[in-house]
Amino acid sequence: MRVGIPRSLLYYKYLPFWKTFLAELGLEVETSPLTNKKILSWGVEVAENELCVPVKAFYGHCMALRGKVDALFVPRVVSVEERAYTCPKFLGLPDMVAAVADQLELPPLLTPKLNQREKPREFKWQLINFAREEFGLSVLDAVSALEAATRAQKDYQKSLVAGRTPLDLLPASRLNRPRWKIEKKERKRIGLLGHPYNIYDGYITQNLIARLEEMGADLVVPEMTDHHVLMQEATDVPKQLYWTYEKEIMGAVNHWTRNRMVDGVIYVLAFACGPDSLVQVLIEHRARTHNVPLMSLTIDEHSGEAGLVTRIEAFTDMLMRKKKPAEAVA
Amino acid sequence: MKVTCPHMGHLHWMLDDLFGRLGVEYVKPPPTTTKTLTIGAKHSPEFACLPLKINIGNFIQGLDMGADTLIMAGGHGPCRFGYYGIVEERILRDLGYDFRFMMLEPFGDGKWAFYKTFETLSPGSLSLRKLWKILKVSFTKGRAFDQIHKRTLQVRAYEVNHGDTTRALREAEKMLTQAFTTEEIEEAGREALALIDNVEQDPERRVLKVGIVGEFFLLLEPFSNFGLEEALGHMGVYIERSVWVTDWIAPGRDNKIYGFHKDIVDGKAAPYLNHNVGGEGRETIGSIVLMAERKFDGIIQLLPFGCMPENIATSIIPKVQRDHDIPVLTLAFDEQTGRAGVITRVEAFLDLLSARRGLSLVGTNA
Repeated sequence: MRVGIPRSLLYYKYLPFWKTFLAELGLEVETSPLTNKKILSWGVEVAENELCVPVKAFYGHCMALRGKVDALFVPRVVSVEERAYTCPKFLGLPDMVAAVADQLELPPLLTPKLNQREKPREFKWQLINFAREEFGLSVLDAVSALEAATRAQKDYQKSLVAGRTPLDLLPASRLNRPRWKIEKKERKRIGLLGHPYNIYDGYITQNLIARLEEMGADLVVPEMTDHHVLMQEATDVPKQLYWTYEKEIMGAVNHWTRNRMVDGVIYVLAFACGPDSLVQVLIEHRARTHNVPLMSLTIDEHSGEAGLVTRIEAFTDMLMRKKKPAEAVA
Repeated sequence: MKVTCPHMGHLHWMLDDLFGRLGVEYVKPPPTTTKTLTIGAKHSPEFACLPLKINIGNFIQGLDMGADTLIMAGGHGPCRFGYYGIVEERILRDLGYDFRFMMLEPFGDGKWAFYKTFETLSPGSLSLRKLWKILKVSFTKGRAFDQIHKRTLQVRAYEVNHGDTTRALREAEKMLTQAFTTEEIEEAGREALALIDNVEQDPERRVLKVGIVGEFFLLLEPFSNFGLEEALGHMGVYIERSVWVTDWIAPGRDNKIYGFHKDIVDGKAAPYLNHNVGGEGRETIGSIVLMAERKFDGIIQLLPFGCMPENIATSIIPKVQRDHDIPVLTLAFDEQTGRAGVITRVEAFLDLLSARRGLSLVGTNA
């Protein structure tokens, strides 16, 4: 049996885990191609207008896998740590896709539920039961599939913390490589903040990463910091934050500003992204009080290339000029 | 200490009662108006949901009236509501206001923390037992308010003299505010209901039966939806609404405003949305199914623009609509929304519903 994993949303976070797990269950895994014009316009056509662009793209990726696979993998990721949630869209995703599945002639959906909200270890049983019920595996085989998947994910995260990005590690993820590189001493460290499904999707962000590298950015991304450090850093608000992925973003910006790790931050957020719309207030406040230049870049399916290039050029130019007087004094 | 709280529908009646019993000075912000929203929207993030913008407006007006302590309800996700407090405090402090900020987290999250919040408000004499008793009486009052508002939505469609029901409601509200003990509240509740029932009605009138579902703030706060329910009533539409303030505070259990337990609603939603997605996402789907089964003519879904749980529901509604053959009108609101546009769309929708019913009646006669 062939199972399709849409190259969207949590793909950039958990692909090694899911791919290994499904392969160990004896399934062939197929991923959809990089987001392209056709995929995005499919998604935009089908999805509810007010949804954020990454969810729209997800619909498109599901459609791109039609006819190529026997089932689509659309897990319901409710919570990935204790006393926390992911964005509500992840909770409702299988239902949202199921609502259009007949109409679009999508293959059947595989929708295991992952919920670690009450008990952090519970997701193991959720996956073991999924393997038993859907594919008739024994508990022992399911456990060994799970262990292989956990190892793959650990290796992935180790490489990320060592400084590589999901674009380097996940197969064929880059839309474009930078055409030239600016000399090391002229580069600026720019923190690229945002959800992996926004910043690493080259088509949705108009090739943002390659463009920044061409403009002389040494990119720092949240994935380069250990998860525990991010969580620790995100505790400067009077209440436990309950969105894990936004907590990581908060943690990253706090970590970067506190340790002076970046010269500036570009914060990529999707239009109508619920969590980002509120977390934005906290992030912008943090950057302001720590005197780190921050540019919020809102993207959606209508984002124009020219507008984006102009804005990041202006921002990087500003960073370049900002440091010059200081160097002159030195 | 002068406490203020944002408005939400008739929640302030309940708060008035509660703070009175606790002996806390309550600065009631002026009723929400366009001015409130303008102030709030100016200082809120652009893509935040409408309720947050109105909250900010209420808080600023409350602070300007001399409040020094702000109370905001908390929550633990996954919808944006649980983050409101953190963000609102940040925004107001950045504006230069000085105040004490208190988040009232749900009772289930920790009874001690919940009690502590009230203990700080009313130090010294408040025991856990006393607090529980006070909350219970105030809650009874809240339920009585819900009952009379619920009845109003149904009676208004049949009223003979335009405006009679609204006048009776104001009278009934006054009656309830003056009730103090549980017995008095129950007594006043019965009399208030009778007052509304006694409005001169035309039982022969053929009315449309419309369900209102969606996100709680938009449903509970008439300002935010341009008083849609009253307008619908005057157009001769019988209304039931899926969420009420007492349901919202303590859902499930005994608060069956229309006789349906939360589990039944969730069960009806299950084939379409089989998980809680925060807010009223699941309740919206479940209520639509229930109302369709109870032969409502149509459904109106209200939500703030960008509301996450409701957007999930909106994505699923087309399938529910097809399966149950019920028309649904979705209306999203933000500070740019104009009343005329909303009313025009609602009128067109009602035309559609009348036409549908006309056609089906012809069908049965033939």
